Amino acid sequence: MSVTTSDNLPKGRPLTLKLGRDDLMMRGFILVIALYLIITLAFPLYAMLSKAFSTFQFDLSQVELQVSDQDGNFDGTILSAEALNAQLGAIPEDEMATSNDGRLSLTPLFPDFSFRSPVLYKIRGTTADTVYLIGSDRITGTDWHELDSNTFRRVVLRPVQSVGLSNFTTYFSTPSLFRSIENSLFISTVSTIVTVSLAFAFAYALSRSCMRFKGLFRLVAMAPILVPSLLPGIALVYLFGNQGMLKEVMMGESIYGPYGIMLGSIFFTFPHAFIIITTALAISDARLYEAAISLRASAWKTFWTVTIPGARYGLISAAFVVFNLVITDFGLPKVIGGQYNMLAVDIYKQVIGQQNFEMGAVVSVVLLMPAFVAFAVDRQVQKKQVALLSARSVVFEPKPDRKFDRICFIYCTLIAIFILGILGVCQFAALVKFWPYDLSLSLKNYNFDVMDGGGWEAYGNSIKLGLLTAFFGTIVVFIGAYMVDKTRSFRVGRGLFQFLAMLPMAIPGMVLGLAYIFFFNDPDNPLNAIYGTMAILVIVTITHFYTVSHLTAVTALKQMDGEFESVAASLKQPFYKLFARVTVPVCMPAILDIAIYLFVNAMTTVSAVVFLYSTDTALASIAVLNMDDAGDIAPAAAMGMMIFYTNAAARILHLAVSKGILKRTQAWRSR
Amino acid sequence: MLTESTREIGNGKAHAQGDAYLRIDSLWKAFGEFIALKDISMRISEGEFVCFLGPSGCGKTTLLRAIAGLDIQTRGTVEQAGKDISNLPPAERDFGIVFQSYALFPNLTIEKNISFGLENAGLSKSAINARVTELLDLVGLPDQGKKYPAQLSGGQQQRIALARAIAMSPGLLLLDEPLSALDAKVRVHLRHEVKDLQRKLGVTTIMVTHDQEEALSMADRIVVMNHGVIEQIGSPTDIYREPATLFVADFIGEMNKLPAVSGEAKTVTIGRKAFKSAGGEIPPGKEVIAAVRPEDIIPHGDVVTEPMEEPDNSITCRITEMEFLGSFWRCRLKCEALGEHELIADFSINAVRRLELAAEKELVIEIPSNRLKVFARPAGE
Repeated sequence: MSVTTSDNLPKGRPLTLKLGRDDLMMRGFILVIALYLIITLAFPLYAMLSKAFSTFQFDLSQVELQVSDQDGNFDGTILSAEALNAQLGAIPEDEMATSNDGRLSLTPLFPDFSFRSPVLYKIRGTTADTVYLIGSDRITGTDWHELDSNTFRRVVLRPVQSVGLSNFTTYFSTPSLFRSIENSLFISTVSTIVTVSLAFAFAYALSRSCMRFKGLFRLVAMAPILVPSLLPGIALVYLFGNQGMLKEVMMGESIYGPYGIMLGSIFFTFPHAFIIITTALAISDARLYEAAISLRASAWKTFWTVTIPGARYGLISAAFVVFNLVITDFGLPKVIGGQYNMLAVDIYKQVIGQQNFEMGAVVSVVLLMPAFVAFAVDRQVQKKQVALLSARSVVFEPKPDRKFDRICFIYCTLIAIFILGILGVCQFAALVKFWPYDLSLSLKNYNFDVMDGGGWEAYGNSIKLGLLTAFFGTIVVFIGAYMVDKTRSFRVGRGLFQFLAMLPMAIPGMVLGLAYIFFFNDPDNPLNAIYGTMAILVIVTITHFYTVSHLTAVTALKQMDGEFESVAASLKQPFYKLFARVTVPVCMPAILDIAIYLFVNAMTTVSAVVFLYSTDTALASIAVLNMDDAGDIAPAAAMGMMIFYTNAAARILHLAVSKGILKRTQAWRSR
Repeated sequence: MLTESTREIGNGKAHAQGDAYLRIDSLWKAFGEFIALKDISMRISEGEFVCFLGPSGCGKTTLLRAIAGLDIQTRGTVEQAGKDISNLPPAERDFGIVFQSYALFPNLTIEKNISFGLENAGLSKSAINARVTELLDLVGLPDQGKKYPAQLSGGQQQRIALARAIAMSPGLLLLDEPLSALDAKVRVHLRHEVKDLQRKLGVTTIMVTHDQEEALSMADRIVVMNHGVIEQIGSPTDIYREPATLFVADFIGEMNKLPAVSGEAKTVTIGRKAFKSAGGEIPPGKEVIAAVRPEDIIPHGDVVTEPMEEPDNSITCRITEMEFLGSFWRCRLKCEALGEHELIADFSINAVRRLELAAEKELVIEIPSNRLKVFARPAGE
């Protein structure tokens, strides 16, 4: 080759593209949606983390005092509060640690204090920044204030904020709190093993046998997705509770506790594991089975050398998803956990029960750890499975085998009975007048307006939340996914966006909800106005379920020809024309899928919204929780089943609309 | 190579440098550390059909995308019709493009696909319809306007993509492997159609392909690329008959490559035998590669009956194997004097019959000196 051609890039700056109108608009969109995610995700999480690491302590060295004699004359001796306490030991060291709204009275420093005595007191701050309260008056500065005994009684110190690990020290030195870690890990591990095994067998039966009613079984397996996670808890109370129909089965053990949580977890995580494993089994290659048969491998050996390795990514992925769902779930252990503490419930108890927001934040940080690990592993595995998928394989077609088909059928029937049984018990409980004394049927449990929890209005609010979330969520998610997929260059912006879009999956709902309190309830935050409104519920729900929706949109967009944008640009057409005329119509099935996913989840979610609803925006799922809490279990079951029927109806509607739209707008799909 | 690549070889027409429609100067493209294009310069005249030809990964598509502005170059300039378009976004450039995947909008009818770019160009509805009808006629699919892309065959879809690309009469037509997704027969048929259409419209066209036959049959000029550099620019016959580098000789058509040593006065010694060659600028005594195309080897039978043009360039061989390839025979020849290297020669059916050639027979072959090329031996061979 030529000697004049050098192999090195000539020095100088790389050429930069002159940005066209399209580029600028698309970047603008990315930044707007990224900003949305920063405000609704990154900032709240930061607020929560800083809360977890901030500690509050009384600092006695902040004030100095003078005491008069009985006649009200001061001798000029200035007493340091700190020195006084060191001398007397009146306020022990561990009482110095407090929370944000802790207050410390100074009277213990004077053992002979009486509010009736004529003794006068003087107080001043040692620095200009010192703040203390006299009654409700906020005093700052280093000027002396003279007070009579009765007023001095009302002087209190405010705590000083500092950053440190002391909240965590407190957490780990409180056995009742950190026991929850052990409990949560135990429950999640056992539930994961059981659920994944059951779901695998179910998926295996559906994909590898020729039994009848496969469609029906598939439908039943998906039903738990349509109800809040706390609904199986209610059913289990009716079945195995203190007045349960099948109480004897428990042989003296209580359903309130680990058994209840595990059983309920199996119910509500089953469809998630089932979907993932079905996909994994569906991609296995029939040729491998043919090879195994030609090598005369036994069915048992084939199962362990072909089936299991082929589905391993699916199994790992399902395991982590289930683990994550169980460990972050709040509704179920709240309803049926009894005295058995779980991390997610601890957050609720600390925040709602004890108003200890710092400790709630600490538990949140602890809960983030397993969730993050599970999330990271799942992402890695998903990537590998995609590689498997793209391999060219032959679809496996099962052959009839009477014995095997019958075993499969019996097994699937048992699982179906379990799922339908849970739902049936709830419906039955909702219709019975007064379990177990008056078994006549009535609709009185549907008279929600006379119960705690928000009544029928809560149900209306839930539907409103579902529709708003589906509408705005789908728009934001799809536009975001489109922009991040199609914008040219702009690597930093797109990378940031991808990260933000994946993050919600790793954030448990309880943590997100608590983070929202810290961020949006801050009076200094201009967005404070949306606190307590429907808007914040919509926002938190969209953010909570952002990742799966985003991935659905990205998958659909990736299936489109990557050169559409290039063609449109060469035809001098703006990207939004292409987007409206081609991208949206072609992706309509995926868009509808995102909408129904958001709607169903908005109807069933409890965890993120439980901290954020107000009396005007009570929700059906929250009503189930609150009615159960108040002992109105039958109405709770009734409301839970209302959610189920609504979601089932929405699903059917979604199916009908999808088919209708497909027929009308996707005529091009058929040849 | 630089002098060669910047040289103006315009379709037989003598173009002054300033006349070039598309000028590419010292263009580089880097992806991180990897240099995909190295110092590319060329001129393309108006109305010319140029093919970028090379193996996959040679940078030909990268170069096309830089010209389109889809992935702009790291260094260097691109000028179109006298205007510097180096850093313009695609929408501000003047080109139509056809991709291997067709990239037809699946949910729009053929008509809507073609009129997609015409709709806001200030044309009336009837003018648009007239233009669409004209274009459908032009690509030979007059009755297909109401169908959807999925209802057409691959070849038909590609013609629609072509119609859409030329709808707005762009100054430059870019074709990115437009025929590689099609069946062999359809591909050959479409070659002629595309070429005819291009000639009819007179639009300057660049086509990227890895298929040498496609390039040889369609292009006015071929740009052969390898590892991000231009190996040779020339007409199809130039490229085939006078390959400038060993890479070009090897990549296009069949070529016997024999290790040899260069000698005085354009001679080259292969094994024990010295041949006269077309020569080159290689000094004597160097290790070289002597190259000759199979069809350039002239057969003479075991006893030479016809007079030879260059008796010095003849040698006796034995046929070790014969393979019938339809229109000719491909023969493997073993020549004592050449050492262990076998020669491959393509002999016409006529010649085989006339000379009664068969496996294990001896024959004399002649290698015309002007067809015997000599290239420097690449390092490591």
